[in-house]
Amino acid sequence: MKFTKLLTGAVLALGLATTAMAQDKTKVGFVFVGPVGDGGWTYEHNKGRLAVEEHFGDKVETVFVESVAEGPDSERVMTQMALNGADLIFTTSFGYMDPTINVAKKFPNVKFEHATGYKQAENVATYSARFYEGRAIQGHIAGKMTKSNIIGYIGSYPIPEVIRGINAAFIHARKANPDVQFKIVWAYTWFDPAKEADAAKVLIEQGADVVLQHTDSTAPQAAAQEAGNVVTFGQASDMGQYAPFPRVSSIIDDWAPYYIARTQAVMDGTWTSGNTWDGIGAGMVGIGKISDAVPADVKAEALLLKASLADGTYHAFTGPLNKQDGTPFLAEGEVADDGTLAGMNFYVEGIEGDIPQ
Amino acid sequence: MDLSAINPLLFVAGFLVAATPLIFAAIGELVVEKSGTLNLGVEGMMITGAICGFATAVETGSPLLGFAAAAVGGAALSLLFAFLTQITLANQVASGLALTLFGLGLSALLGQSYVGIKPPRLPDINFGPLADIPVIGPILFTHDVILYLGIILVAATWAVLKFTRAGLILRAVGESHDAAHALGYKVVRIRTLAIMFGGACAGIGGAYISLIRVPQWTEGMTAGIGWIALALVVFASWKPWRLLLGAYLFGGITQLQLNLQGAGVAIPVEYLAMSPYVITIIVLVVLSRHKGGAPACLGRTFHASS
Amino acid sequence: MIRLEKRPQASRAFSLATPVLAVVATMFFGGLLFATLGKDPIASIVTIFWEPLFGEFSFFYRPQLLIKGAPLVLIAIGLSLGFKAGIWNIGAEGQYIMGALFGAGVGLAFYPAEGFHIFPLMVLAGAFGGWLWAMIPALLKVKFGTNEILVSLMLVYVAEQFLASMSLGLMKNPEGFGFPGSRNLQQYESAFNADLIEGSGMHWGVVAALIAVIFAYVLLTKHRLGFAIRVTGEAPRAAKFSGVNPTRLVLFCLGTSGLLAGLAGMFEVSGPAGQVTIDFNVGYGFTAIIVAFLGRLHPIGILLAGLLMALTYIGGDIAQSQLGLPAAAIQVFQGMLLFFLLALDMFTNYRLRFGRTEVA
Repeated sequence: MKFTKLLTGAVLALGLATTAMAQDKTKVGFVFVGPVGDGGWTYEHNKGRLAVEEHFGDKVETVFVESVAEGPDSERVMTQMALNGADLIFTTSFGYMDPTINVAKKFPNVKFEHATGYKQAENVATYSARFYEGRAIQGHIAGKMTKSNIIGYIGSYPIPEVIRGINAAFIHARKANPDVQFKIVWAYTWFDPAKEADAAKVLIEQGADVVLQHTDSTAPQAAAQEAGNVVTFGQASDMGQYAPFPRVSSIIDDWAPYYIARTQAVMDGTWTSGNTWDGIGAGMVGIGKISDAVPADVKAEALLLKASLADGTYHAFTGPLNKQDGTPFLAEGEVADDGTLAGMNFYVEGIEGDIPQ
Repeated sequence: MDLSAINPLLFVAGFLVAATPLIFAAIGELVVEKSGTLNLGVEGMMITGAICGFATAVETGSPLLGFAAAAVGGAALSLLFAFLTQITLANQVASGLALTLFGLGLSALLGQSYVGIKPPRLPDINFGPLADIPVIGPILFTHDVILYLGIILVAATWAVLKFTRAGLILRAVGESHDAAHALGYKVVRIRTLAIMFGGACAGIGGAYISLIRVPQWTEGMTAGIGWIALALVVFASWKPWRLLLGAYLFGGITQLQLNLQGAGVAIPVEYLAMSPYVITIIVLVVLSRHKGGAPACLGRTFHASS
Repeated sequence: MIRLEKRPQASRAFSLATPVLAVVATMFFGGLLFATLGKDPIASIVTIFWEPLFGEFSFFYRPQLLIKGAPLVLIAIGLSLGFKAGIWNIGAEGQYIMGALFGAGVGLAFYPAEGFHIFPLMVLAGAFGGWLWAMIPALLKVKFGTNEILVSLMLVYVAEQFLASMSLGLMKNPEGFGFPGSRNLQQYESAFNADLIEGSGMHWGVVAALIAVIFAYVLLTKHRLGFAIRVTGEAPRAAKFSGVNPTRLVLFCLGTSGLLAGLAGMFEVSGPAGQVTIDFNVGYGFTAIIVAFLGRLHPIGILLAGLLMALTYIGGDIAQSQLGLPAAAIQVFQGMLLFFLLALDMFTNYRLRFGRTEVA
């Protein structure tokens, strides 16, 4: 296996050499799962990248590759960035988890940041956003604003991230309005605007006058606008072109503060691995302007909720809460731990229907 | 579970809209295939139409101009296919796939500055009292002009193919290009025109997604509808009216699936999402009993001296 | 007046020269495109074509070429047999998925037992999965005369839904905290399709692809079945008279292409990809159709075409990160390459005649 050693040796040496050479300019790589023009998930990550460039100016160089398939393609792109002297690489899709760990092993001097995963290493940190905090606020506004007491929810795939959002929204919608019912439709796609439009229309036809979406296109907004009396919330980006109505607020992915902070840490040599799960407080989850279509008192309550979530005085999953089947989930005053939240695969009590499978 | 939550009128009206992009793309492809050419590039022409239409509508403020531009864009792209397959006699399957790849890339380049913009809206036609007729009114008389145009186009295609000399020539070229050539018809010219018609229709279908059904521009937003259109043509065994029916069936199943979910029926979503494709296969089998009626020269290259 | 005249025999010189001409033409027009986008055209072209092969880090990219090219070649070889005979399997993507699901399913069923029998069983299961999926259009065609283009295409979408269902349900990693996707087979030694020589990119899928190339070459040139395939494609009537059994040919061609696509999926899921995930399939099945035609349905041609496609993918990604070219520009560039290859292919079988010639 001499050849093997030689090769790994060469990779390591190059890894060292290139980082040493690039001292003057910090090179930051981004691996994107979709096109930067998707108007949603990747679009927002790319905005974070641009913010890094703007913040550091000449001191930083960013590179990115878009529409990188998960699996071997992503592994190749990460390696390529590392070989070309990247000091820090952000990999922005859950499916990049194992590839990131693999590549990180080969380049101990390059720092990796993997979004939404759970595997860390000496030089691999993970980060994600507590979008459910934003869902709680949406749930509250939704509960207050619905007249039909039916709230529609468009899910992508039944995974913990989405289920967590549904639960957070439901808990706070019920608090605001005990008669609220959720209608949940799974699109089974990450991206298919036409299907999202259909899903929104179906929910509206079935009596929903508030539609929450966990998919990134503006299709549901347009469907709501056409229906005329349906409230929606922007997802991923502000979707301000549909404000003040139907879009009354939004959850905005704001990666810029984190990306800037981590780049700074690499420059200062203070970067350490870890798991960051930030919410409204740290600015990773932005709450888009609550429009005037929302009654003043509801808006005030929502802002109060936002403030308490931001300063940590309130947690979106606070007991007493039961699971859907009636078994206790959280006792009075108890707060859900991050492990449970991260792998959440059950509905809370009151939601009707089953999670597929 | 609450099935009463499903409003049958809105359900039907909903799938009329959902089927429209499919109808356009498929009726265009039907004509192309009738002429004996198989163009697998529908998805690429649709997405190109989607961005051409979107950009034009945004810049001019007129959705109708947008649709016109989409037709031009789709037809222009299809000319590339026509050149490859009719002039340089390249393989049609490969050329069509290449066209899709090219169209997806091209549309993304053209659309870079149109992400996150809201296009001008095409209003529904005001039918006045007609829309108030019970049952029929809300289903039939609450739509935009393009939707009706799609249905008219199907009828027109049917009539032209069946009753006119032009239709006869087109079918003759598709059934036997050598015989048609011997009779003095310009096979290449006729096929090129058919391909351009297909491109224009696919373009309009794409623009219907980006301007009406969604409406927004994002890369790759046609998400496979062009491929379904291809299936639909065969599903319809190259008959325009059956194509219309098939488009409603395809649109209807997706709508039904979402409706059932919303009503709380525990359905395995993946398996229902498969159902249109499985049903197409079954229909293909059933139809093939009485000879499907594929144009005899479909996919074959024509060269005058061969 | 310019007209095309069919050559009595395909021109060997042109069949070798046209790919080169096509690449040169693509470089020129691609360069124009990149220049329009405000990028240095020369640097872009060099990055795409030169960098992966001979650049500073070619020691890394060359093995990647094998990893990216192997599934393309493996699938395209299978498809080319059918295409030659006029049997159109365009659903290799679905067969690829099913091969991966069957193969991974067997591997996962054994977990965590170790043993030398596991990987061979997975290979068999993968081949079987792909074969099974291709048998559906094959049997329907044979029994009912159903169009195989459409049935195989429809089955791609059915397979994609199976894939989603498996990633979210049956094959979901029980230790994955509820996230979709199976266990990573790279971390399960008995099931891992590792590089035979570490870092070389040579995994079993590459070996299988090379074997398939040789197998196809021998079949087509030396075997009766190869003769049957060729004759059926060129003159279906003559084929009947010469005793070719069309039913068996359909079953063989579709079955073989499904089997190879299934193998490609299985080697991918147990090796470079490692996991069954919702987005496991990345279009190899469709790209392989293009590869088959670029290679002119000839085994050696397919091998080269597969590597060329792989090169543009890898070079394209490098150009994205180093020069900031958008992914869409790379896609357009690939489209151009295909167009030129397809268009120029004309000169292999036809020649241009200037002026009036007597009617042929």
